Amino acid sequence: MSAAFMSLRRCCQRSALLAVAKRPWSSSPAPSPPLHTRFLLFLAQRFYDVEMLLSWGHRQKRMAIHRRNAYYGYTKNLYGADIAAAFYVLSLKGGFRYVGQSEWFRADRRGKFNWDFLNHKDTLLEEVNMSHTVINSGGLGNLEGQTSLRTLSLRGCPEVDDWFLAGLHVFQDSLKELDISHCPRITVGGLAALRNLKGLRRLDVSSLPKVSSPGLVVLLLEEMLPQCQIVATGYDHSLGQFGGGEVEGQREVREATDCVRKEGVL
Amino acid sequence: ISRPLCATRLAYHLPCNSWNSCFCGSDLETQLAAARKKASDALPGSSWSPFEANPNLPPERADIVIVGGGVVGWSIAYWLKQKERVREGVRVLVVEKDLTYSQASTVLSAGGIRQQFSLPENIHLSLASAHFMRNINEHLGVLNEDPVDLQFNHSGYLFLATEKAAHIMEENYSTQRKAGAEVSLLSPDQLRGKFPWINTDGVALASYGLQNEGWFDPWTLLNAFRRKAISMGAIQCCGEVTDFKYTTKRILTSNGDEMDLRRIKSVKVQLPGSLQYQPVECAIVVNAAGASSARLTEMLGVGYGGDAAGTQLPVEPRKRYVYVVHCPDGPGLDTPFVIDYSGVYFRREGLGGNYIAGTSPEEGEEPDASNLEVDHQFFEDKVWPSLAHRVPAFEKLKVTSAWAGFYDYNTFDQNAIIGTHPLVTNMYFATGFSGHGLQHAPAAGRSVAELILDGNFTTLDLSGLDFRRILAREPMLERNIV
Repeated sequence: MSAAFMSLRRCCQRSALLAVAKRPWSSSPAPSPPLHTRFLLFLAQRFYDVEMLLSWGHRQKRMAIHRRNAYYGYTKNLYGADIAAAFYVLSLKGGFRYVGQSEWFRADRRGKFNWDFLNHKDTLLEEVNMSHTVINSGGLGNLEGQTSLRTLSLRGCPEVDDWFLAGLHVFQDSLKELDISHCPRITVGGLAALRNLKGLRRLDVSSLPKVSSPGLVVLLLEEMLPQCQIVATGYDHSLGQFGGGEVEGQREVREATDCVRKEGVL
Repeated sequence: ISRPLCATRLAYHLPCNSWNSCFCGSDLETQLAAARKKASDALPGSSWSPFEANPNLPPERADIVIVGGGVVGWSIAYWLKQKERVREGVRVLVVEKDLTYSQASTVLSAGGIRQQFSLPENIHLSLASAHFMRNINEHLGVLNEDPVDLQFNHSGYLFLATEKAAHIMEENYSTQRKAGAEVSLLSPDQLRGKFPWINTDGVALASYGLQNEGWFDPWTLLNAFRRKAISMGAIQCCGEVTDFKYTTKRILTSNGDEMDLRRIKSVKVQLPGSLQYQPVECAIVVNAAGASSARLTEMLGVGYGGDAAGTQLPVEPRKRYVYVVHCPDGPGLDTPFVIDYSGVYFRREGLGGNYIAGTSPEEGEEPDASNLEVDHQFFEDKVWPSLAHRVPAFEKLKVTSAWAGFYDYNTFDQNAIIGTHPLVTNMYFATGFSGHGLQHAPAAGRSVAELILDGNFTTLDLSGLDFRRILAREPMLERNIV
């Protein structure tokens, strides 16, 4: 009897040690899972490492955009603020036109540009086209001294957000045309900041995905900027679920002085 | 006699006379596995315990206990976790007594942020907070979760001043510009040109914020801080701090007075609606309790006795009403946060012609702060006349809704108290913001975290907002309180 109890006690002790130290899936009799499943299980065990690597990757991308929009202080000290602004525009693959000149200086798709713009020292920029570039509110600091800026085109810029629009107040006297269509981060809160641009005559707010009630927003914008012509295409104004009649999908360009409306909004 | 078990890798020696006819193959397997588990649980080293513990209790030990789970408390928790140099370097516990936030000042606030203050510290705090919110996804974005959308309206603040106060406004303007705020001064004509719906009667000067000013959603900011801090390892506990255990040391000052220096050893956290409590041993306690901050210092026994020990924390709850009005002919999308010289304020809410309005009551007519009941007569007597005078379109409006919230009002000088108490060595204050807690929370949280982890302020110098000014009776007055 005592021998039986001794062996029972021994087996319980041994099994206790093994139960504590055992790995969960290595005791199963099933064949080991395929390679991709084993790899995913390996990654799942190292959750914090994977999280760190992914957030590091995101941070590197953000830092890269930040570096491209850095302050061109060195160029400014050597060549002056206007050349620095021009160089900044070209480095981001945009284009610009000087005051009094008719030719545009642009960078091509690969980022190469003509260095002739250096010949025009101390000439302000009149028109700047930064469509589809990564300009952000930090980069706007490079364009700050341009008091003759008349046209700014920011079509499809992924980093232009409400804070950028609030920063445009530095151009409040000179800016006449602004194109912020297709910018994915602009909302109504930023559009309210455009009220400071008292010289604005043409504003393009087409296809802004984050603006939720575009018809109402365009009406409010027109009220806010009475001398400005507002272009807002690319919105679907249909009433859909409410059962009202289908209306035109396109909004037409309207003149501010023309009171007659040319669309079919109910 | 031994009988090997085919289901496992090892053979066990079992006496067969006790395990005879009752079992067949798989039953025996599972029951033996259960017996093995029971045996290993009973041995020391396993996590099984015969007593059931309430999982909602906070841990028994924490490095830093933050009392108060509002936006300031969670901001401090986030920055502490952000600044720790090793993973899980500091164990941060945030204790909040009401997780529905039904009476919290954070979620009941109008949500504005401005840089138009007279004290440079306040301007710097607001500016730093605005820069934080500009890149909020960089700071508070969590992998695989939705990005943070504060719904920030960049409409700016508009302060109006009479003839007599115009020189104060000009002084403030130069202070603000020197500190880096983008503010502009407007004459009555320019004001009428910019905002045709305003009646400029009695207005001599106006101050309008061009950038980094506006309003946003406080609940989103609170949840963003909370989500990020918890993802970095801060612990949240729903409970109320009811007591402290502290040691007292008697010291002699240079004058020969005797003072009691207290050091908090543990915090008693009581679970809501129950008698269960947990004493949490801690090294540092942060008082971010907002309107109920004075209750904590009372528990410590600070505020009784003579001289410096007799200085209580001068923070008390003050009730403020906020009314939502609907006016279809009111000012449009460009309405800033307008603050009249009479103290009445209003701002646009949404796109449907709704506005939020309110005012601070006179010093002697403070409403009872024991509940959050709204006095609608207050709107008719104090708010509507000034509103209608300033904006003629507001003659015809309808009050659709109203609520009340508490200011953690600093009765001494209406500015924040940030820093340690001279007589309680390990309690840090971050309270008394008097209506500016939300807009200063990101920067104030960073400063308190610097104070705790680095020992002194590194980015913003807020030594002027220390508790010492209250002991020395030297107020740092803020002239632009709304």
